[in-house]
Amino acid sequence: MAKPIVLKEEVTIRFAGDSGDGMQLTGTEFTNASAIVGNDLSTFPDYPAEIRAPQGTVAGVSGFQIHFGSTEVDTPGDICNVLVAMNAAALKANLRYLETGGLIIANTDGFDEKNLRLAKLEKNPLEDGSLDKYTVIKIDITKIARTALQDSGLSTRDIDRSKNMFVLGLLMWLYNRPLDVTIRNLEAKFAKKPEILQANLRLLRAGYDYGETTELFTTRYDVKQAPTMEKGKYRNIMGNQALAYGFIAASELAGLPLFLGSYPITPASDILHELSKHKAFNVHTFQAEDEIAAICAAIGASFGGALAVTTSSGPGIALKGEAIGLATMLELPIVIVNIQRGGPSTGLPTKTEQADLLQAMYGRNGECPVVVICTRQPNDCFDVAIEASRIAIEHMVPVMLLSDGYIANGAEPWLIPDLSKYKKIKPNFLTEPNSPNGKLLPYKRDERFVRPWVLPGTKGLEHRIGGLEKQHETGNVSYDPENHEFMVKMRQAKVDKVADFIPLQEVEQGPESGELVVLGWGSTFGCIRTAVRELNNQGHNIAQVHLRYLNPFPKNLGDILKRYKKVLVPEINNGQLVKIVRDKFLVDAIPFNKIQGLPFNVVEMKAKILEVLGK
Amino acid sequence: MAEVSTLNHTPTLTAKDFASDQEVRWCPGCGDYSILKQVQTVLPELGIPREKFAFISGIGCSSRFPYYMEAYGLHSIHGRATAIAAGLKMIRPDLSVWIISGDGDALSIGTNHTLQLIRRNFDVQLLVFNNQIYGLTKGQYSPTSEEGKVTKSTPMGSIDHPFNPCALVLGADATFVARSLDRDPKHLQMVLKRAAHHRGTSFVEIYQNCNIFNDGAFFVFTEKETKFQKGIYVEHGKPMLFDNGKKGIKLDGTKPIVVDMSEASVNDLWIHDETDIIKANILTRMFEDPDKTDLPRPFGVLYVANRPCYEDLMKQQIQDAIEQKGKGDITKLINSGDTWVIA
Repeated sequence: MAKPIVLKEEVTIRFAGDSGDGMQLTGTEFTNASAIVGNDLSTFPDYPAEIRAPQGTVAGVSGFQIHFGSTEVDTPGDICNVLVAMNAAALKANLRYLETGGLIIANTDGFDEKNLRLAKLEKNPLEDGSLDKYTVIKIDITKIARTALQDSGLSTRDIDRSKNMFVLGLLMWLYNRPLDVTIRNLEAKFAKKPEILQANLRLLRAGYDYGETTELFTTRYDVKQAPTMEKGKYRNIMGNQALAYGFIAASELAGLPLFLGSYPITPASDILHELSKHKAFNVHTFQAEDEIAAICAAIGASFGGALAVTTSSGPGIALKGEAIGLATMLELPIVIVNIQRGGPSTGLPTKTEQADLLQAMYGRNGECPVVVICTRQPNDCFDVAIEASRIAIEHMVPVMLLSDGYIANGAEPWLIPDLSKYKKIKPNFLTEPNSPNGKLLPYKRDERFVRPWVLPGTKGLEHRIGGLEKQHETGNVSYDPENHEFMVKMRQAKVDKVADFIPLQEVEQGPESGELVVLGWGSTFGCIRTAVRELNNQGHNIAQVHLRYLNPFPKNLGDILKRYKKVLVPEINNGQLVKIVRDKFLVDAIPFNKIQGLPFNVVEMKAKILEVLGK
Repeated sequence: MAEVSTLNHTPTLTAKDFASDQEVRWCPGCGDYSILKQVQTVLPELGIPREKFAFISGIGCSSRFPYYMEAYGLHSIHGRATAIAAGLKMIRPDLSVWIISGDGDALSIGTNHTLQLIRRNFDVQLLVFNNQIYGLTKGQYSPTSEEGKVTKSTPMGSIDHPFNPCALVLGADATFVARSLDRDPKHLQMVLKRAAHHRGTSFVEIYQNCNIFNDGAFFVFTEKETKFQKGIYVEHGKPMLFDNGKKGIKLDGTKPIVVDMSEASVNDLWIHDETDIIKANILTRMFEDPDKTDLPRPFGVLYVANRPCYEDLMKQQIQDAIEQKGKGDITKLINSGDTWVIA
């Protein structure tokens, strides 16, 4: 009997299980199916730092949250409406994210005595009444899977590993998602393992049919296409994947081979993995012996005429510091990507943080300014990678590109851009002498203070560069005191000059002047956007300004900030942008900080804004 | 009509053409002058246009070298010249890349990069000027200083066991290992030429006299009163003779033994085979203190092997990818995967 379908505007589901339970795959496939029906969405994978933490324990819980809607969706959601708990530890670790009255789908097999002990639970929460304020659906998923596949010839272990597909099928039914995309993806994934593929497909359908035939669910839900989304062709994209695509596009726009020097580090490694797949784009990926070699190889490649990129995370960036100084002195283009994570030291490798801004701005010896830009969300990464490459190449300067773990692993619908609309990137190559006496002046600057890029192999322009202070124009080694002061100021002026070649800052939403502006950078974008929008819908009049360019700032930023009585600066750190803003603009900006390895949620953002407003 | 060279039709260059307009600033009497001179002498003979040479260095006295060469050059940071050269070579296999380094630069702060460069076998020349001391930082012991060395940082004598550079790189599967000396210009030129012609990483250890902080460290190998007794100049296919033919080396199993040629036959001697890795290991290990052994220290090309170069393999993978998938089309790439249209 067909069950009634109730329309929902937005839904948040959290899949949680043991790290071997396949929750990331389940979440990703649910995401793909939701994207296909045209929902706006945002996801948040949350997994342990260990490859396989002890099975059944809270430390080993792997989660994947998806927020999808027919309205604009900017965050993975504060709290979820549905929690899938494959075992007791998963429930224990994630119950705090579930709304009161929310739906729990629990795999009862994961709540046996052993699992309860591993989760350090005295009593079974499914039985002791502690979940009374939620709707609990108990299913012995393991048993169902084993029964469904008893004639499959697969081992119990293989069958148990496929049980996540039952959960996926059930949720697909519950939210009226199509199965065809998932089927296609599974076919591709298990092309070489036909028995496993069949098992997965059978359990996927079993889950779907289970929803239809059992009496556990009285209603189904549907979330329609988001009409607010811009027209065009979409696909899903993850942050690191989009960065990789952006660098490939930038190399094409510049007509240069792409070189990536990298050393594996969470959460940056996926850029290396992605680019390594695309050698047919004349992409050179080099997994170096360490972080220093990674950036040094990139500097060598840049000297040779490549679009040179190095990707890492905070600890790796620390190691690259001296080489970033060298690139600054050489005035060669290089993009340094920092996918930030919790620190200091090894810190919280799989958790997000925005705590490397001061490192990006100042974390080197000597006066060493570099351009710093950041991305705000996965579907912004493609453009930011191109922009970082453009500035590096056209201004002959190292560019630090900041992202974070939250953006890197999060997925979003991406309006596929039309590349013919992108401006070409123009390298400042020189092939003829640039002084009246027919000699090369490697550090002679143009009106943007940019020196020429002279590639080895160019006849008659042989020259030497290096890390020692350069004499103005000739580039010869110079210890002259006045020259050093001049060159320090020149390198700063060159970076400052980039402000003439970036867009002016715009107010994202809200009034152009007034009571309060919320100033953010990076991955806090979605949360701030939602909080400000919701408060403004309730009659407040708050502005949002979100930065892409952190060094130099857009030229009008100071003017904008001074038009508001109060400036609130939320950051996933102990207060870094706020320091810079106070320093540069002498505004009494108010910090709002969260340092838990977690993004802000909308509720706390709104509460803070209201507090600052005095309401 | 002006004379042109038959090679690449570049006008014939001379050593002078490779001297930059920068004043050379090493201490008077430094062995680096001779090495600079020999490099400048050898390059014109290689038939490579001047603009195709790139000299990459790290930090140290030797690392000022690129400034004095009229070629492309990059003076970089401590220990990392090898990594920078690797990056350059991957993008520009057309260049003749020379890395100039010292015992501190290449074998202390940069050891790891040195070994990684060598195992990957980039087609570059790595010249390590070994003076067994830190010159630029003014006289501390180096990773090749002998045990017991008294320096500013080791007033009671160094307790570090030194690296044996040639044995070290052989352990990293180097494909070209040679040793020469600043004070033997002809020999050094020969070794440099061999290194330049080798495809793969050519490791050349050059004994270099630091007359300020470690004067005479290698004089037993360079001064004519002792050099023929304490050193042996090995040549492929030739018997191991030294001391003007008065002595030879034979192998007793894997043990090298000095024999008096008045009592032995040339037929009994070890014939140098630069392609024999086992013998190369023995040869590079003949490294005892010359006062404690009668075995001479070998100079020349100690080992040569053929192994593919990293940059060639990288280019090959790119070509293979293009053959298999067609040249990358970025529009196709970003439109791949599941897409949907919002109209």
